[in-house]
Amino acid sequence: MTRKEELQAYWKQNVTYITILLMIWFAVSYLCGIVFVDQLDNIKIFGFPLGFWFANQGAEVIFCLLIVVYVRLMNKLDRKYDVYED
Amino acid sequence: MSIATWTWILVGVTFAIYIIVAIRARAVSTGAFYTAERTIHPVLNGMATGADWMSAASFISMAGVISFMGRDGSIYLMGWTGGYVLLAMLLAPYLRKYGKFTVPEFIGDRYYSQSARIISLICAIFISFTYVAGQMRGVGVVFSRFLNVPINTGVVIGMCIVFIYAVLGGMKGVTYTQVAQYCILIIAYMIPAIYISIMLTNNPIPAFGFGSTISPGGAEILQDPSTQGRYLLDVLNGIHKDLGFSEYTSGVRPKIDLFFIVIALMVGTAGLPHVIIRFFTVPRIRDARASAGWALFFIILLYTAAPAVAVFARTNFIKTVHNVHYEHAPQWFKNWESTGLIAWIDKNGDGMMQYGPGKAITGKPKYTGKTGNLGQALVSNLVTTDPNELYVDRDIMVLANPEIARLPNWVIALVAAGGLAAALSTAAGLLLVISASISHDLMKGVLMPSMSEKGELMWARCGAAGAVVIAGLFGIFPPGFVAQVVAFAFGLAAASFFPAIIMGIFSKKTNVYGAMTGMIAGIGFTTAYIVYFKFINPGANRPANWWFGISPEGIGAVGMIINFALMHVVSKVTPEPPQKIQDLVEKLRYPVERVAGEKKISTDARKPY
Repeated sequence: MTRKEELQAYWKQNVTYITILLMIWFAVSYLCGIVFVDQLDNIKIFGFPLGFWFANQGAEVIFCLLIVVYVRLMNKLDRKYDVYED
Repeated sequence: MSIATWTWILVGVTFAIYIIVAIRARAVSTGAFYTAERTIHPVLNGMATGADWMSAASFISMAGVISFMGRDGSIYLMGWTGGYVLLAMLLAPYLRKYGKFTVPEFIGDRYYSQSARIISLICAIFISFTYVAGQMRGVGVVFSRFLNVPINTGVVIGMCIVFIYAVLGGMKGVTYTQVAQYCILIIAYMIPAIYISIMLTNNPIPAFGFGSTISPGGAEILQDPSTQGRYLLDVLNGIHKDLGFSEYTSGVRPKIDLFFIVIALMVGTAGLPHVIIRFFTVPRIRDARASAGWALFFIILLYTAAPAVAVFARTNFIKTVHNVHYEHAPQWFKNWESTGLIAWIDKNGDGMMQYGPGKAITGKPKYTGKTGNLGQALVSNLVTTDPNELYVDRDIMVLANPEIARLPNWVIALVAAGGLAAALSTAAGLLLVISASISHDLMKGVLMPSMSEKGELMWARCGAAGAVVIAGLFGIFPPGFVAQVVAFAFGLAAASFFPAIIMGIFSKKTNVYGAMTGMIAGIGFTTAYIVYFKFINPGANRPANWWFGISPEGIGAVGMIINFALMHVVSKVTPEPPQKIQDLVEKLRYPVERVAGEKKISTDARKPY
């Protein structure tokens, strides 16, 4: 692979990561927190109806985890394609 | 010591800290003034971003708003956090790689057009002024409630403090003060929240506490032994039903509206210039990603506690006030009566306070200065025929918390200092955007390109100083439209910057024609919709008249979609951007290109941290 192809592979992989993570982002907030919230509310976890929990806390905490995952994946990817800043 | 003494001491100490920090970190170059020389550690930048982001509204009003909205209130929790995921993945690292100073500068360069830069700089200034007006007012309100000084004096004190550290310190001074302000505001928010959580549920973590069962001590405080051992949310739902409200954990707003409001808030967050420029201050691209994560971490510390505070406060409020004789009203109720945040009108003359879903009086309480037969403050407002006898301002849910939890006076004072920290930190971030838009984009970029760095720095300081004065005037003479247009700030950011930046990075073929058409159409559409429903025909602002049931708060999301669509279509049918621009976009995508012999640290950071 030439350097140019390598860099393009790096970018493609980055876009794949973003797509997958943003699908989860969409699912936990828009699907669990808004669209299907009433159905999920029939399930109770401790004192929380599940849909209510997703909307109030679950989505926010998962957002944070998504960024953590992305940061780690990208640090690895930067190293793999030698674009890591020391 | 009294509450007022403690408040003066704590507010004085925190202000002294801000000023000392600002003097030590004053900026002497444009690089320091706009981006703190790109030397900020990602964790510190995360804290600063948290303070920058969490405004007086987040600190004082959000929990109260949620407690009145029930599950629908979660739109603010999701909407004001989800944007950080977009920032971390779609914007921050690439804009940091670009390595310039402002958002309009990026848009102007990427679309090789001065007009694009001018449109963006007008949007940036407009958004920031809308937002900053509320902050200065917030400073005045906190001063007047806790220290009994007139609101205007409070605004002037706030102006002086921001003036010193924003004008002197620029981004460098603001960053370090924001870190201090974050620490103060989070401590001030969490101490009462933790105490109330322990009081009611024996659970020290508020976020878990509101899904727990009520402890024996909690049942005593709620004056209802039957609640002991039951889940707090079940108890609250039961109370709501008895009083004629819909269940707390259920929602009433149409789903489509919620959906679009959340999109507009998330995308708007990611497009707000004062948030974006915070990511220009870190040394490396991976620091920009990491600091978005840290920022969200520091934000959700408060955002997961807020819905808990809402539930605690609401349950406690109804249980200790509804159907209670005024003589036995809790002490905090009587303390806060004089502030105009709470009022009781004994409509049926039984001496008991009754609460319900309707409005007790029209408008905000206007006190006559007289007291009734039981010692309650009397109001001169028009009384409605609704059986509800209580007026409750949403802000009281946070402001009265320490007293409800019977915490010592210094905690109450800390809440005042926290509210001020939240308002001042956000105001400072916004003022920097205004100042950079004027000095860097307007003066240096458009009007006087040959200006020296020293001249530009002078303009930056003047811009910041001018902005402080205008923001202060907005705080002293609040234009009636401010509350109406805050939603506009998000809608406008969503409909203008966000698509232009995303397409600028992720599509090499998007050209100036697409960008200009898209931005103008997005801004025009969003503005027209909001202006129509908020100003021209406010009477028609009802779900039945909204397009597809989308309220003006959520319309920015539609503006964004229009912007994206036009950008794509117009770029397809017009000549593609010059090769130079396409190469620039290519370069944004990689932290460093080793073969090109680039420095190991990609852009001009002086030293990492």
